[in-house]
Amino acid sequence: MQFFIEVLIGGLLSGVMYALVALGFVLIYKASGVFNFAQGAMVFFAALSFVGFQEVLPARFGMEAGSAAVFWLSFLLAFATMVVLGIATERIVLRPLVNQPPITLFMATIGLTYVVEGLAQMAWGANVRGLDLGIVDEPIAWLMDDYGIGVSKFDLFAAGAAASLVALLAALFQYTKVGRALRAVADDHQAALSIGIPLQTIWRVVWAVAGFVALVAGMIWGARNGVQFALTFTALKALPVLILGGFTSVPGAIVGGLIIGASEKLAEVYVGPLVGGGIEGWFPYMLALAFLLVRPEGLFGERHIDRV
Amino acid sequence: MKLKHSALLGAALAGLLASSVAGAVEEQFIGLPSYRVGPYAAGGSGVFGGWIDYMQLINERDGGINGVRLTWEECETEYNNARGVECYERLKKKGSTGNTVFQPVSTGITYSVLDKAAQDKIPVVTIGYGRTDAADGRVFPWVFPLITTYWSQASAIVNFIGTKEGGMDKLKGKKIGLLYHDSAYGKESHAILDKLAAKHGFELTKIAVAHPGNEQQSQWLQLRQLKPDYVILWGWGVMNPTALKAAAKVGYPREKMVGVWWSGAEEDTVPAGPAAKGFTAAGFNVAGANYPVVADIKKFVYGKGKGNMEDKTRIGSVYYNRGVVHGIITVEAIRKAQEKYGKGKALTGEQVRWGFENLNLDEARLKALGATGFLPPLKVSCADHEGPGVVKFQQWDGGQWKVVSDWVESDRPLVRGMIEESAAAYAKEKGIKPRDCSKEG
Repeated sequence: MQFFIEVLIGGLLSGVMYALVALGFVLIYKASGVFNFAQGAMVFFAALSFVGFQEVLPARFGMEAGSAAVFWLSFLLAFATMVVLGIATERIVLRPLVNQPPITLFMATIGLTYVVEGLAQMAWGANVRGLDLGIVDEPIAWLMDDYGIGVSKFDLFAAGAAASLVALLAALFQYTKVGRALRAVADDHQAALSIGIPLQTIWRVVWAVAGFVALVAGMIWGARNGVQFALTFTALKALPVLILGGFTSVPGAIVGGLIIGASEKLAEVYVGPLVGGGIEGWFPYMLALAFLLVRPEGLFGERHIDRV
Repeated sequence: MKLKHSALLGAALAGLLASSVAGAVEEQFIGLPSYRVGPYAAGGSGVFGGWIDYMQLINERDGGINGVRLTWEECETEYNNARGVECYERLKKKGSTGNTVFQPVSTGITYSVLDKAAQDKIPVVTIGYGRTDAADGRVFPWVFPLITTYWSQASAIVNFIGTKEGGMDKLKGKKIGLLYHDSAYGKESHAILDKLAAKHGFELTKIAVAHPGNEQQSQWLQLRQLKPDYVILWGWGVMNPTALKAAAKVGYPREKMVGVWWSGAEEDTVPAGPAAKGFTAAGFNVAGANYPVVADIKKFVYGKGKGNMEDKTRIGSVYYNRGVVHGIITVEAIRKAQEKYGKGKALTGEQVRWGFENLNLDEARLKALGATGFLPPLKVSCADHEGPGVVKFQQWDGGQWKVVSDWVESDRPLVRGMIEESAAAYAKEKGIKPRDCSKEG
């Protein structure tokens, strides 16, 4: 039982990490109806820019390496880079495609993926970097000593970051003018335009916010596994989370992440050995597929009804 | 008068032509199917950077191989099979004698070009990857999995663990966990390790990690329950630092983890931070810049501003040095082939294939190359396209790799037996008649 609980907790905390990436997808889909295939590449680009600035600032400007000033300035510069990327995406990729079918926009984001991946490596090089956020990835001692359950301090930190991000996004959507405009655009583009909401500005804002989410996700995943190209693969973990939680729901991304994380770990540990192991790569997709048959819009997604 | 002018003009042109022919420098072309962008760029930029630097060294310091200058062209594969084949086709006819050798540093691309390369008479050299059974040169005359193969490596790792335990007999009853990348590459270890487990009496538990391996929570919880005496890490890319971090998280000592050569580079340990300290990995080349060959590269190549590496701190890293090893072996095979087919001449791929098959880098030759201890002595033959099958072990001290063993041998009779058995099955399946090596010159 103790082992089961440990696997379950570990899975739930891993799920939070997936939800962090899924949030970026939700934001863009919610505001523009675009499934942003490039979100994984944005996570990579954001994290690489952060560690890149951390290297450049001490080397070029004589700032003290590892200092808080370098950390926060790098964070701000990386965020600014993501804002510029968001604005450029809106201007160069999305604006010319307004009123095109969703599949066209989706295909455009596939192209954007390759551009962002190439741009990241061109700007910062292909080296694999470590990233230290100052939180050790070790079990909490008293939980380990008293109950024999290993819960990582780093995982708890990631869960805290995700919770803060969700609270921040909820506040943005519910209590700000921009948030109301975002919701209006999400409900109906044309109606929002007709009452004077500037669609292009909203898209720029939402891509910038998605860039911020990508930066936070990239920093946390990068601190765990290193800042390297494999960060783009985090998007693969987010897809079943989105199917389960719904493409338009921020809480859905969190709940979906928790379900996917817990179920894939339990499946790997208890079912994996019976079929040769290594099933956590495809198990979440199978689960999401089964879920689609029952509830195509996901747990919290908006039910889509067409008049026929 | 007109005739006189024409004759003079003709003579001048003939003289010009003759002088340009006399001054022509022979060039040996080497096509490089490199990958500097995409998921595996970190490894690719190191390997191909070191390799190019070594060839540049031969040109700058020695004026080429017996006067034949090396030329090369990179073709970006992004580690993608389709693009690798495209690069193979694009490069094969370049240079005055065509591409000399194809070394894709990718098992997938290797499989894709094996048949084509044999038809085009271009040797395929796969150092540390590719088909293990291609070490049987009787069945695979055009393929050279040089220095060591995955099976030799697995066997050498078990021998290394046995030595650490105080003898192979001490392995009886021990538990060894195999944490492997769930792919053909990762599963390549199974057959040999099963045989070694049966032979030495240790208990082998195989635990798969799905690609890319950036989540290993469940695998390490299983390992914690199993309490293995050692864990062999058969990883690739992000799977390696993730494994080291996950091991630290469950409190598994890194000193008890032994990685393969695709787990033992700075790119695998640096991202894991302090969690990597104490981890040991196999390698058919070592890390370090304090070898005369690397010093010469710094002096003759970087000293003239002709170095290939943008990040010079990577000179001497595991991947960079692996590239230098590729360079040394390629150059020495061409040099050997020139002994037979004519010094100072550009050679065809077919002629260079003979050079690979008759390569003999003994200690004296390695010393002359400034590479003693950098790579093992290597003797190739018609039947044996592998060579010594040895590896050194290096331990990460938190900042760099430190060599902690001499060259460790594999269970040669067992490994060679498996290679011959597998190659014979391949030959039967494909209708290949193995060469009679006693008739090869």
